[in-house]
Amino acid sequence: MRLRRRMALAFLLVPPMAWLVLAYLGSLAVLLVSAFWSTNSFTGAVVHKFTTHNIVQAFTETVFRVTTLRTLGVALLVTAICIVLAVPLALYMAKVASPRMRLLLVIAVTTPLWASYLVKAYAWRMLLSPEGPLAWAGGYTPGYGLTATVITLAYLWLPYMIIPVFAAFDRVPDSLIDASSDLGASDLSTLRMVMAPLIFPGIAAGSIFTFSLSLGDYIAVTIVGGKTQLLGNVIYGQLVTANNQPLAAALSIIPLAAIILYLLAMRRTGALENV
Amino acid sequence: MLSGGARRAVRAWTVLILLFLYVPLALVLVNAFNSSRTFAFPPSGFTTQWWVVAWHSEGMWKSLANSVTVGLGATAIALVLGTMAAFAVQRYRFFGREVVSFLVVLPITLPGIVTGIALNATFTSALGVTLGLATVIVGHATFCVVIVFNNTQARLRRLGTSLEDASADLGASPWQTFRYVTFPMMRGALVAGAILAFALSFDEIVVTTFTAGPTVQTLPIWIFGNLFRPNQAPVINVVAAALTLVAIIPVWLAQRFGGDPATTRV
Repeated sequence: MRLRRRMALAFLLVPPMAWLVLAYLGSLAVLLVSAFWSTNSFTGAVVHKFTTHNIVQAFTETVFRVTTLRTLGVALLVTAICIVLAVPLALYMAKVASPRMRLLLVIAVTTPLWASYLVKAYAWRMLLSPEGPLAWAGGYTPGYGLTATVITLAYLWLPYMIIPVFAAFDRVPDSLIDASSDLGASDLSTLRMVMAPLIFPGIAAGSIFTFSLSLGDYIAVTIVGGKTQLLGNVIYGQLVTANNQPLAAALSIIPLAAIILYLLAMRRTGALENV
Repeated sequence: MLSGGARRAVRAWTVLILLFLYVPLALVLVNAFNSSRTFAFPPSGFTTQWWVVAWHSEGMWKSLANSVTVGLGATAIALVLGTMAAFAVQRYRFFGREVVSFLVVLPITLPGIVTGIALNATFTSALGVTLGLATVIVGHATFCVVIVFNNTQARLRRLGTSLEDASADLGASPWQTFRYVTFPMMRGALVAGAILAFALSFDEIVVTTFTAGPTVQTLPIWIFGNLFRPNQAPVINVVAAALTLVAIIPVWLAQRFGGDPATTRV
């Protein structure tokens, strides 16, 4: 009987694990290895000859360093904006709205996730265009550039922040809030000293998505960023325009390393159990 | 209990965020009926002629067909693999269970460009495969598994094992238990997972760019390729509006079949 159970487990486990290990981990391994390959300077073909040149170039060349710092800055700024936008909304959804209203809001907040990513970025291209709706209504538009990129990315990833923060607020018992105000705490004190520590894992979980998704994005930047270059554009450029696959692989180690470090840091907050 | 002032403040904030979320989408719908080819606001006139033009766009239909093929292929693979992994994790105790969950989630946690370049390097430099629809399906299936996995796993956890135990006690074989007890109860979760996985594949562009090669276009690739051509703008506006309207379908269907679109995409 135990043998049969084991065989059943193996039957269930082997195909998905084989797929993920071969197709996914295998590919990541190839990516890491190919960063040490070189290209034939004449034909541009990949040569399977070991060199650390690409890695050194990716981490030391000024263009790449500036772009990396800009990309990290954008990812952090987008994450911060999403937190600021999401927290009061999530508080309203979880603690003020009626159950019926709460359900409607959950649907309202998640439905935009299913609208096409490209369409949403394109919508901001319309909104921010020099003669577009924003310029017409407010008389001002930041135009296409770094600001537009940050706004668009924050717009694209905001629901990913709202949902875990809402779930975290939802888990805070009402009695704790009542007790805090009965003991004379102001709303701000309750928020800061009672709720903030409890919702922090939710914020951390949301930030994994906003940070990771911003870090690898190059499509939204191309659509609303004007001449702005982020890491994604540079990697794409190396692979497609410059036809230098090993350097592209070396460069993509930067976002990979950044997100792994971020995941490790977030694991200590208990955020991964909230994903 | 929060004070009245605080409640009013967060309510006002909620209204503002909802406007922030929906005004751009509303604008996409309005612009599809704009008679002008530019983004100049307010629109110069109302017309439905671009819908006719878009309807006759050959590239749009061709890339749409590719997107559907890829979506169905990736969903089929994800459905099988995701359900198997969910059963293993929920119904068995074994060493390395967390590793399995982690491995399934990893493809959507890492940036798409990393996944894309990794698959591209594997297909072109390591395996020497020609990029095409098949390679896109492999790429999409890899990150669609997690959607099915999450839906099925959540349902299996909620169902518990008491009914399955009862079935086994009454003498049913494991296959009969699965066929007549477990499967009927989790059908809804499978349908929801499949719909959501298809929707995710349908919208994907980054991994697609790196696994499709120059000859195959999915709908997002086609849209992106035409986004910066001024004379194609009206057609793109119409396709964008149509996609925005169609986006309601997966949410509605998945909710009907008892899935949880809120938590599966996050």
